[in-house]
Amino acid sequence: MASENKFEPTNPAVKWVEDRLPIMGLIYSAVGAGYNVPRNLNYWWNFGVLAGFMMVVQIVTGIVLAMHYIPHIDLAFDSVQHIKRDVNYGWLIQAIHANGASMFFIAVYIHILRGFYFGSYKAPREILWFLGVIIYLIMMATGFMGYVLPWGQMSFWGAKVITNLFSAFDFIPIIGDGIVEWLWGGFAVDQPTLNRFYSLHYLLPFVLVGVVILHIWALHIPGSTNPLGIDAKGPHDKIPFHPYYTAKDAFGLGVFIMFFAAFVFYMPDFLGHPDNYIKANALVTPEHIVPEWYYLPFYAILRAIPDKLLGVVAMFSSILILFAMPWLDGARIRSMRFRPLSKFFFWLFVVNGLFLGYLGQIPTDQIVTMGIDALTFAQFATLFYFAYFIVIMPLVSRMETTKPVPVSIAAAVLDANKKKG
Amino acid sequence: MMNSIKIKGLMATIASATILFSTLSANAADTGLPHPERHDYKSAGVFGKFDLPSLQRGLQIYQEVCAACHSLDLVAFRSLADLGYNEDEIKAIAIEYEYEIIDDEGDVQFRTGIPADYFPAPFANEQMARASNFGALPPDFSTLVKAREHLSFLPWSSVYGEDYIVALMMGYEEEAPEGVEMNEGLYFNHYFAGNQIAMAPPLFEEMVEYADGTSASIEQMSYDVANFMAWASDPTMQERKEMGLKVMLFMVVFVILLYFTNKRVWKKVKKGEDIDPANL
Repeated sequence: MASENKFEPTNPAVKWVEDRLPIMGLIYSAVGAGYNVPRNLNYWWNFGVLAGFMMVVQIVTGIVLAMHYIPHIDLAFDSVQHIKRDVNYGWLIQAIHANGASMFFIAVYIHILRGFYFGSYKAPREILWFLGVIIYLIMMATGFMGYVLPWGQMSFWGAKVITNLFSAFDFIPIIGDGIVEWLWGGFAVDQPTLNRFYSLHYLLPFVLVGVVILHIWALHIPGSTNPLGIDAKGPHDKIPFHPYYTAKDAFGLGVFIMFFAAFVFYMPDFLGHPDNYIKANALVTPEHIVPEWYYLPFYAILRAIPDKLLGVVAMFSSILILFAMPWLDGARIRSMRFRPLSKFFFWLFVVNGLFLGYLGQIPTDQIVTMGIDALTFAQFATLFYFAYFIVIMPLVSRMETTKPVPVSIAAAVLDANKKKG
Repeated sequence: MMNSIKIKGLMATIASATILFSTLSANAADTGLPHPERHDYKSAGVFGKFDLPSLQRGLQIYQEVCAACHSLDLVAFRSLADLGYNEDEIKAIAIEYEYEIIDDEGDVQFRTGIPADYFPAPFANEQMARASNFGALPPDFSTLVKAREHLSFLPWSSVYGEDYIVALMMGYEEEAPEGVEMNEGLYFNHYFAGNQIAMAPPLFEEMVEYADGTSASIEQMSYDVANFMAWASDPTMQERKEMGLKVMLFMVVFVILLYFTNKRVWKKVKKGEDIDPANL
């Protein structure tokens, strides 16, 4: 079924352009009928497209917001309120952008975990995976700086806590003492900080677009993986992206937009923090300073370690360790469908991550259950987080008994249909 | 078999996530304070509309009581159209206020308010506000309801800003309970963080005469001013929900169409009818 189609326009005008700049052929072979994809992708494969969609939504709404926003410590808060009250449909654009950040992270988290489960990071897709981790890091930086811009209480204190983390590196000779002041542009989180965060929050999304293009380019070299994790061999294993996956992604996108719209129209502040409806005040510290939900697991790891420097190192390592995954996992089979023990630990890892997220937003001395406080739980959960990568993954992937893998994708499809009758 | 394991894993994850988030929600509201009672608001829910008579009464409470100390910096008179006032009524409200202007000679003059003006603040600056209130700063009302709204995954453990305002107005105690050491000049309130609030009980029975004849009980006044403050915090609520309904109805139909489109496109391929078993 896979086609070796090249883009061959019949319309003379299109042909004229194509002969000079084959841009339509590029699109055709990237997301059109010219890109052949395994025929057995399930709905977990939708989330890459959904993340790409969210990136576009964020850039478009963000550019409009930037036309009305004022990056000034005395005016930023009111200018966001001005957008919500006085700008035509400003309330809609602002709600889409604020909630869109969360939707972008939801899509990306599922996309990353899909990669975990189906072994998308394994050869020959290592660089594709690295680019993905870089995208995730850029997203985190962009999201953090964006959250500072409304200049509410949580914006200000979040900025203060996160930038202060870099004071852990004060042991570095010469530059160590000045890192935080350099980041702030002064001796406190103030006007220069807000201004540079605004500048970078506008810049980084376009860097992100560049890395996303590389990510898609790298994807097209080996092609998509699939739920079976075996390489597509024969022509029957693949189908053209268009119309099959354009149709499937369109349906998934529709469902996702409804989920998104439920937040935008009916609970626009659910994912935010009420303290951000209070203007930033350097003299009043909020009772609990918590980051946005998408950073909570990492915040929990940071707080779990009593030593500041080690905490910061652990927090950064918890993401950077993703770069080592292609080698930590030594399994010959990609998909966890055929690796029962790996699968078990994968779900444990997911639950542990959610638990860390929960621990990240409560005070460390709060008793969670059975008289054990959040700090102790966070330490165990952090231990498991790293053990998953450093101990469990290398050992289990090399030692477990795997299940038989189908000969080919097409054979598996026929087999499944036979069973269904 | 394979699918059932996958579904079980997924279900286990969802189940544990639900348990986590429900404890999370229970904890989110755990401030040691009583949970404000949930009241009925016309503005609540998917079909929520502004309760215009209540908003108008709330404006009256704000003007006659709260405005003595609390500013409403981000609300312009023109936006009172949301409360059901026409242009002339808004002009009449605005004209009651005075604004400083600099005339061509550079001298300070005064002019009356116009619909484009914002509610003037009762104090010229923070220092003056504190000096007049024993060191406490009366918060601005523009976003206050939203700043007191703690939503959680479970509706019953969520704290809604309107309810908090009503509870705070009703939550005063003339005498602090035994064993509570009160600081001088502070009042005991069940719902205020720390239980000691600098604001004296602001509302008394029948302290205003409602233009529409509604009896001005403390509860009624609290409810009305809470409604008014909720509008001030979120003036596009009704427009937002009305558009949401249209978007959702459209998306439901559109997604159904996309579902069947997808099904039809995939019909042959799904069954593997295009595969020649001899050619595998």
